[in-house]
Amino acid sequence: MKAIRTLTLAATTSLAAMLSAGAVSAVEIEYWQYIFDARITAMDKLIANFEAANPGITVKQSTFPYADYRTKVAAAIPAGEGPDVVQLFYGWLNDYVQAELIQPLPEATFPAARIEAEFFPMVQAMKIDGKYMALPTAVRSLALFYNTKLFAEAGVTAPPATLAEMVEIAQKITKKDGAGNITVEGITSGMTAQDHQWFREVLLRQFGAVPYTDDYRTVTYNTPEGVAALEFYTSLEQTLGVTSSTFMDEPQAAFKAGRAGMHIDGSFRIGALKDTRGLEWGVAELPAGPDGTQSNYASYWVNAITTKAQGEKYDAAVKFMDYITSDEAMQIWLDTVGELPAKPSAALTEANIADPVFGPFIKGLGYGHATIFADESGQRQVLVDAVSRIFLQGQSAADSLAAAAAAEQALLDSYYAK
Amino acid sequence: MKFYRNLSISQKQVVWAWGFLALPVLFYVVIRFYPTADAIVLSFQKWNMLGIRQWAGFDNYIKLYNDPVFWKVFRNTFVYLILGTPASLVISFAIAYHLDKVRFLHSTLRALYFLPFLTSTVAMAWVWRWFYQPVPIGLFNNFIASLGFQQIAFLNSTTNALPSILLPAIWAGLGFQIIIFMAGLRAIPTSFYEAARIDGVSNWTILREITLPLLKPTIVFLVVFSSISFLRIFDQVFNMTTNNPGGPLDSTKPLVLMIYQTAFSSFDMGYAAAQTVVLFSILLIVSLLQLYLMRDR
Repeated sequence: MKAIRTLTLAATTSLAAMLSAGAVSAVEIEYWQYIFDARITAMDKLIANFEAANPGITVKQSTFPYADYRTKVAAAIPAGEGPDVVQLFYGWLNDYVQAELIQPLPEATFPAARIEAEFFPMVQAMKIDGKYMALPTAVRSLALFYNTKLFAEAGVTAPPATLAEMVEIAQKITKKDGAGNITVEGITSGMTAQDHQWFREVLLRQFGAVPYTDDYRTVTYNTPEGVAALEFYTSLEQTLGVTSSTFMDEPQAAFKAGRAGMHIDGSFRIGALKDTRGLEWGVAELPAGPDGTQSNYASYWVNAITTKAQGEKYDAAVKFMDYITSDEAMQIWLDTVGELPAKPSAALTEANIADPVFGPFIKGLGYGHATIFADESGQRQVLVDAVSRIFLQGQSAADSLAAAAAAEQALLDSYYAK
Repeated sequence: MKFYRNLSISQKQVVWAWGFLALPVLFYVVIRFYPTADAIVLSFQKWNMLGIRQWAGFDNYIKLYNDPVFWKVFRNTFVYLILGTPASLVISFAIAYHLDKVRFLHSTLRALYFLPFLTSTVAMAWVWRWFYQPVPIGLFNNFIASLGFQQIAFLNSTTNALPSILLPAIWAGLGFQIIIFMAGLRAIPTSFYEAARIDGVSNWTILREITLPLLKPTIVFLVVFSSISFLRIFDQVFNMTTNNPGGPLDSTKPLVLMIYQTAFSSFDMGYAAAQTVVLFSILLIVSLLQLYLMRDR
């Protein structure tokens, strides 16, 4: 009995000590992101550096599975719980702003003019009514991965600089069995992977079409130039036979297995390819269009201060935001996660540009466009279906593109009608 | 306390009965009925999971009625049901009927038939998805190509994809149905069969006049159970078509997958709730209809 009483007393005392320690210790802010191992490691490093530089502020990182993330954020912040600084996909910004979950960044620390001077231009999508709502630490862009072994076998010495060269190389690399089934693809394809981004922001522009109006609320690609871009894309499979969208289930799987000569994908693919034994690959910038136009698609995750952060927590959150958007933080993010710095000053260092893997991605940022999606998976589906109609139902590219434009416009209209 | 003491015996029994029922009732109200009611309310609102819910009247239902994808999905859902339920019942009955007569390795065979039911649907769907791939990784197409025939587009086809997805779904559910059928067969008194044999009746007549009528409760249960599971099919379709969910061109998309996409990739919760209410009504009507048609007269 006595032992139990002593134990209880000890427990109570230590609990009280813990509580009072919490009360006197400095301000603690909370940071939320979804579970992605490399990003959690990178954020841990950033938090350690930030806490060392700012004694008196502690940052607690909480992570959630991607599937629950949005619900948790939405439930926590209005209840006065949850994060002071939150990570979100750039395409969700409108939803978060309308729901009053995040507040504008203070003009004093983050003047709009400075952001526009320092960050890559696509970050301007984060400005609403003249105020910046969120900023990225890192951005992602597309590039052309190529299999150096298959290139050497086919006697190709350099990656393609233009679409015409790309087609030519793809034809050299493609191998077929006796029945005409592809066994090695010249280039991977699949609107379900990154091709819809490549088509939307790169091919359309290279063939002289403009995908959307500047606010991305009106579809403008249903033009003869747009049809030409779609015809080019579908010809790779239909007439040139250098690719098959169903080959090996997924484009990235075909490339990883060494059965595809070229593959267009995002910088986030680097990690998966690095660990693949027996695969020898290089990276090049996306091929330029018929008239030499270069374009790219860039996307990013941003950090924002939530409406929950007030008073001293707000001040701490501002300091934290300032640190995680600094050049130093961006370099740590690049080294840990492989995602590219969001500022030219951090991205375009000599070492980064000369990097054989990161270099082409970073150069792509200079001419990259960030599509402002209303519903990314819905808008992707529109292009997936456009190609399916051509391949499976024999529809003409012109009819299919017209139907796609109408379907996508309907999606945009219903989203912005709110 | 005095109030309780004044109650009659039967009233006290009622109090106790409700006392014991309170916990499950509370559980059902909080976990089942409240969310169901809330989903019905939500179907008349607009909500993206982040902001406040706004009243939208019948907008979601009107949008649903005018959505061509919904009607396609509606049709697909019933194709899954109309092909899946009879096929799975006939196959599982045939297997159970013959397995019941087998003595050699009976338990092993039964276990083998039951095994797919124990396997994770996701794992199974992915294995079948790879079976269906074109050359050089698809098992079926490699075999077909090695015989010198043209490859078959199992999944990348608006006509073949739905049956291709349905097949493993039927196969996975067989084990359970076989076990239930066998339990039903065992429950039929052997004296009926003995009497029939003495009368010299053929096997076919025994099956038609004794086995099937006496299996009716089992059949009713399995028809309702498998209809509900085919109307709610999701895992197989989603995992076999993750890159183009319900594709190509929505040809394999069931209602549950449409609900999932509307809710968790378009974040249009009100519209998703309206679809859920429709699914709920369909399930209710189909179940009641089947119970009515197969009732004991």
